[in-house]
Amino acid sequence: MSAKPDMSTTQPPDADMVTIEVNGEPLRAKKGSMVIQVTDAAGIYVPRFCYHHKLPIAANCRMCLVEIEKAPKPMPACATPVADGMKVFTRSALAHDAQRGVMEFLLINHPLDCPICDQGGECPLQDLALGYGKDVSRYAEKKRVVHDKNIGPLIATEMTRCIHCTRCVRFGQQLAGIMELGATGRGEHTEIGTFIERSVDSELSGNVIDICPVGALTSKPFRFTARAWELTSHPSISPHDCVGSNLNVESRRHKVMRVLPRDNEAINECWLSDRDRFSYTALNSSDRLQSPMIRDGGRWQEVDWSTALEFTVAGLRRVIDQHGSNQIGALAAPASTLEELYLLQKLLRSLGSSNVDHRLRQSDFRDDQALPPFPWLGQSIEDLESCQSVLLVGSNIRKEQPLLGLRLRHAGRKGAQIMAINPVDYDLAAPLAHKIIASPADMILGLAGVASALAARGKATRDRLPDWLSKRVPTASEQAIAQVLATRKPAAVLLGNLAASHPQAATLRALADLVAELAGAALGVLSEANGAGAWLAGCVPHREAAGKAANAGRNAYSMIREPLQAYVLLGVEPELDCLEGGRARSAMEAAEFVIMMTPFSPASAPTAAMQYAHVLLPLAPFTETDGTFVNCEGRWQSFTAAVRPLGETRPGWKILRILGSRLGQPGFDYSTIDEVRAEIDARTLTPSSNLGERLLPPELRVDTNTLQRIYEVPLYRIDSVVRRAEALQQTADNPKPAARMSAVQAASLNVNDGARVRVRVAHGEVVLDVAIDTRVPDQCVLIPSGYPETISLDAHGAVSLEKAEKA
Amino acid sequence: MSAKVQPGSPVELITADSRAQIDRWTTKYPPEQKQAAVMAALNIVQQQNGGWLTIELMDAVAEYLQMPRIAVYEVASFYTLYDLEPVGRHKIYVCTNISCMLCGSDTIVEHLQKKLGIKLGETTSDGRFTLKESECLAACGGAPMFMVDRTYYENLTPDKVDAILARLK
Ligand code: SF4
Ligand code: FES
Ligand code: FES
Repeated sequence: MSAKPDMSTTQPPDADMVTIEVNGEPLRAKKGSMVIQVTDAAGIYVPRFCYHHKLPIAANCRMCLVEIEKAPKPMPACATPVADGMKVFTRSALAHDAQRGVMEFLLINHPLDCPICDQGGECPLQDLALGYGKDVSRYAEKKRVVHDKNIGPLIATEMTRCIHCTRCVRFGQQLAGIMELGATGRGEHTEIGTFIERSVDSELSGNVIDICPVGALTSKPFRFTARAWELTSHPSISPHDCVGSNLNVESRRHKVMRVLPRDNEAINECWLSDRDRFSYTALNSSDRLQSPMIRDGGRWQEVDWSTALEFTVAGLRRVIDQHGSNQIGALAAPASTLEELYLLQKLLRSLGSSNVDHRLRQSDFRDDQALPPFPWLGQSIEDLESCQSVLLVGSNIRKEQPLLGLRLRHAGRKGAQIMAINPVDYDLAAPLAHKIIASPADMILGLAGVASALAARGKATRDRLPDWLSKRVPTASEQAIAQVLATRKPAAVLLGNLAASHPQAATLRALADLVAELAGAALGVLSEANGAGAWLAGCVPHREAAGKAANAGRNAYSMIREPLQAYVLLGVEPELDCLEGGRARSAMEAAEFVIMMTPFSPASAPTAAMQYAHVLLPLAPFTETDGTFVNCEGRWQSFTAAVRPLGETRPGWKILRILGSRLGQPGFDYSTIDEVRAEIDARTLTPSSNLGERLLPPELRVDTNTLQRIYEVPLYRIDSVVRRAEALQQTADNPKPAARMSAVQAASLNVNDGARVRVRVAHGEVVLDVAIDTRVPDQCVLIPSGYPETISLDAHGAVSLEKAEKA
Repeated sequence: MSAKVQPGSPVELITADSRAQIDRWTTKYPPEQKQAAVMAALNIVQQQNGGWLTIELMDAVAEYLQMPRIAVYEVASFYTLYDLEPVGRHKIYVCTNISCMLCGSDTIVEHLQKKLGIKLGETTSDGRFTLKESECLAACGGAPMFMVDRTYYENLTPDKVDAILARLK
């Protein structure tokens, strides 16, 4: 003890700090902090159940009782604020007795079913019972029994085990932003649940599995499949959004059994979205492609790699010889790794084609040249929490990037005003200070109104504003948004997935950039998955790796609209991943040669790939390959394979390496993936989100008179992995695709909820059910993509509806 | 705040009169804390509905006070004051807490159960009485006691109980 410096004298006195003594050891503590926070920081253990460092304090379990000098009785460390000179004893006889007493009470009603409990082996109650429990129970009366609840496909319940710590309740209230679980009844009859039978629908719901200190809430997909101690844990990175959540892939005998969050305060803290947590179930599905296949003369056959590669090389050579190399195009899933995306573009470019892109759900590329080196958040993820005003443009952030939605909710709680210009009145589980819910065309006008209101406040801009913009008289909401952005700093303008897929995305980006400049706000772009990595890898037609200018090739949209003779598909299911599924299918069908690198057999997918593809190469998903994902902050996160590739599956970078070599291209003789990564020299690039030149059209033509389609891809339909994650498919976030519209719109079309209607767009028609949806503005129909039912519909433009016969 | 009720909203289940009563309570709190009126609101709609709450009515209160439904269920299931199943015309709350127990509440409960032919927590088949057990109603000085509807009756004996019940139709 004497070896420790006396902090109170060696450190300058700080009005914000106090000194307390814990077990005789002096500790400096921030005024207002709780004893448990100080002991945790100092590594002194205090047992607890209800306290969780990310949740508001409830102090209802009493496990953390400690002795405090001069206090007449033991005090809960989690709810006792420090005071200068306070003397705390965490292991004194009084403290220990109190802790043992609480433990005895907690165990009264807790079942002794550890051998069949999934929490066994990683259960705080089990562990603390070992440390603080008695060897013999004095309790001889009946234990209470609580009926289990069905709260959906993700969380299994065993409510007799619940100790009423209310962590799960507080998580819903404070973090998820929607209170779905509660404590009903009282005393011995208290139960945690939803009260009426319903599912817990938050996109973050799986986190309650982690924070529940007992086996009351466990993972349904994982249930009874393994014991915690049989699993090998392997650090990895999530591929599903631009956050790059840190996770642990847990496997047994090279099979992924579950995925858990790995703490990273700067990124995902201790949380994980349900998409990141449960998508792994698809990796073990029978849909996996386990060996290469080629289609020769109309018949599919399984072959060895060497045969498949020869076939692939021959096919590509044939197309180059007959049609030229610019008849080859490559489409990559944005969830591919940096190295895969780099090698894909390198392969294409070395063959002489720049037709390579990952922006599959985008149609407007007019501003390609003006865009910064990669889509950037404009700040760090942590900083998002300190914003005082945030304007979302075309973003259902809560479902697109669930953990960024969580950060915004924190910002909101700290006083930030959150605002949105969106085509659908999405529930962001955070109050919106102002919003403009408008058709895609009117979103442009709304954002223009905000810009013109800001310009009227006298801030100059380098651009000469076109008349339609400078003359626009802002509406009250546009004024209000401008006012908030201009006065509450730090401010941010965030462009989401719906902005990227907007029919006039470039105009929207230009306006957002202008608004950010005029308001002095940071502009942030939220891309899909590893979008940042794709840009840095050069997986765009007009830039090589690290932003180097290239001879522009064809972008993803143009490759589909004006079909090519050969396609190389990296992790892409064209009908479901491209903006216009129907046209994507036609393009593939018309091609002479289609190479599909995919983790899944297309035989199981609602696509026509078995008819149009010529070769299928089994591609390792993220758990089976080394790689790097770059998140929206520009943070590079490399990871290694968690398990062996399944069957004959191979990592994408190795497939592309050997394809390059077999095609006789130099520079493909890498021996390690690090050599691939080292070629992408992006260290000199400064991240930026501002546009070089703003494409503000001199005249704005918007069609506001016809019924418009609103396009969205629901969160569990975004990539080939989540689409196959059974449990996620059963959630409320994945309703049957329908034509969604307001009641007013339905009435004016003379259709009711549930009516069958034939939906027609310029290209394609389908029959869908009508769903009345109050979130959709008038003059619009919201129709999701990523579903077999809606593949054939174009994403944008006028729609017409007419009643169809009931099926 | 008696804003126009959206057609189809669960709030339609609350009568205009009940809404006016709830509004008197909400004005007592700051607008962002109008949930504080939840107990009063539940009481009001319970009375409107003949003494018990349905899930739909609780949902209506949640909507009206803009709070999560589960938060309303928490309150309604916590207090004995609310009934979540149909009840008789008169609710008898017999106190069985310590003072009343020491002064013979057991006899009162037994007498009531025998007389009405029901157990604690049940309702007579003619829909006249619901018999409920209650914790201390703060009338220990008059133990044993019960509350019928909103009236306290103290120093009970079986005879007194008979006389009281006879007056209630
Ligand atoms: S279910 Fe788990 S987290 Fe929720 S109150 Fe019970 S023990 Fe706590
Ligand atoms: S951890 Fe302090 S009371 Fe539960
Ligand atoms: S114990 Fe019955 S009124 Fe107090």
